[in-house]
Amino acid sequence: MASTTHLSPKSKKNLWQKFWSSTNERMGYLFILPSFAHIVLFLFIPLGFSLFLSFTDWRGTNIYNAPWVGLDNYDFMLGDRRFWNAMKNSAYYTLLSVPLGMAISLGVAVVMNQKLRGTYFFRTLFFMPVISSWVAVSVIWITILDPQAGILNYLLSSVGLPTFNWLGEPATAMPSIVIIAIWKGLGFQMIIWLAGLQAVPQVLYEAASIDGASGWAKFRHVTLPLLAPTSFFLFVTGVIGSFQVFSPVYVITNGGPRGATDVAVHRIYLRAFEGFDMGYASAQAWVLFAIIFALTVLQFWVRRRSGEETLF
Amino acid sequence: MIREKKIWDLPLKILGYIVLILVALAMVIPFIWMVSTSLKPSGTEFAYPPQIFPTSFNLENYQNLFTTVPFGRYFLNTVIVTFFTVVGQIIICSMAAYAFARLRFIGRDIIFVLYLATMMIPFQIILIPLFLIVFGLGWVNTYQGLIIPGISSVFGIFLLRQAFMSVPSDYQDAARIDGANEFVIYWRIFLPLNGPALATLGVFAFMGTWTDLLWPLLIAREQNMRTLELGLAYFNSSLSAFQQTNWPLVMAAAVVVMLPVLLVYIFAQRYFVEGISLSGVK
Repeated sequence: MASTTHLSPKSKKNLWQKFWSSTNERMGYLFILPSFAHIVLFLFIPLGFSLFLSFTDWRGTNIYNAPWVGLDNYDFMLGDRRFWNAMKNSAYYTLLSVPLGMAISLGVAVVMNQKLRGTYFFRTLFFMPVISSWVAVSVIWITILDPQAGILNYLLSSVGLPTFNWLGEPATAMPSIVIIAIWKGLGFQMIIWLAGLQAVPQVLYEAASIDGASGWAKFRHVTLPLLAPTSFFLFVTGVIGSFQVFSPVYVITNGGPRGATDVAVHRIYLRAFEGFDMGYASAQAWVLFAIIFALTVLQFWVRRRSGEETLF
Repeated sequence: MIREKKIWDLPLKILGYIVLILVALAMVIPFIWMVSTSLKPSGTEFAYPPQIFPTSFNLENYQNLFTTVPFGRYFLNTVIVTFFTVVGQIIICSMAAYAFARLRFIGRDIIFVLYLATMMIPFQIILIPLFLIVFGLGWVNTYQGLIIPGISSVFGIFLLRQAFMSVPSDYQDAARIDGANEFVIYWRIFLPLNGPALATLGVFAFMGTWTDLLWPLLIAREQNMRTLELGLAYFNSSLSAFQQTNWPLVMAAAVVVMLPVLLVYIFAQRYFVEGISLSGVK
């Protein structure tokens, strides 16, 4: 303490040396260096570049004289009905797929956690869609959802349920994409839930049993609160991922019918790579990013406010 | 209470099996459909009622597939790219995760929030500038161009940090008292203790890289650098460009693309699932 207050002109160097010789500082920076270098070169620099593009009217010719248009792209976006339709579709997709996907996969994970025989076999099956590629999954589901010859309508009609023109009608096209996405993501979410479930100390269940808690009470008051980090992780990454959904829409519906599945990233893609309107597409991407960022901050804020006791 | 438990044991077990079997059917039928369609002679795939199980065993589609596209080369490219991406992600992400979970340094939390914020960036935002950078480095149509941009992942860092934070700090403290430096603690304690989490990251990195389409589409300009997924996509589009989609042929291509992934998963799953179960016992 005393030595720092008596510092001479050399103090700057001493402070730096002190800072650097501190094992914690040096090791900390050393450990994050590879990922930091990667993130700067392949994320932050491209990011700044794309922000610059969003203020230009660059159409993919000569990058050295991209015409500067200021806020024109953002101004135009305010009245762009197609863009807001795409944002609405992304929100709809997220509202359907995230809660449903989490609930179904939690249900399956709870059953899988009962140590029934054959769970190893079931786990293998449930994970098959996760490891499959979106292109392969999409071509499979296009034929399954075919209104005339697809097996889904065949199965529905054989048990007397109504059939649908799944991908052909605006009302059912988005739910179809959601079904496919939940189907594909179930195994992934289940594995994450299972890891969370298995981390719950058995002692707590025993203690709850001694206190006379029923199965449901144990699930509600022991399992769910302790799964909070898991559900928070799945919810945050789920919302972010849903707002970025692209592949199934691109391969299966291409945004149709009548714009019903035209999600935000698909709209950006169309603007950038089919309209070659790079400046405007960059501006759209930045608005999408701002919306996702705001939603994520909101989730962290809600979690902090509500404490550890809730589901999130 | 013990009595009550016994009464409910069997019905719950049966209910559990019913749930698992129904979900399993929903998961597997699309794949059976894929295989059986790939075995149908082209033109008969839309017969009614649909044949879920194969009625014919026609390998013609597979033969056509291998004579039109160099799938061996695609396979090799995909293996090389995936291997280096997975190894790189495990090393780089676990190092960063250890620092964020267990080291104290100025700016740690701010940097971590900065990392997390990047998870919200749609890849499409940086796609064009990223391509220009890789182009500037002269990496177009090379393995490093396919590998290096994906060699670290913020998702992986987040995942491993959560796992590392649950390791009791006693281990770290005890090792420090014994004179171990941070690298030894990381390498000898945190990596072995978090095998399941590392396996989880490895499997996800594997799947993400193996099935990636958009990035190889931009980087692999020549046929000799294409990956399997890209091969499938090109094969599909080149077909539909001049004729109606030949679904049995496309399904055969999908089977060939997915088979290696399924096999790798079935063998790797042992370690993956065992790891997760072990972490539950701990």
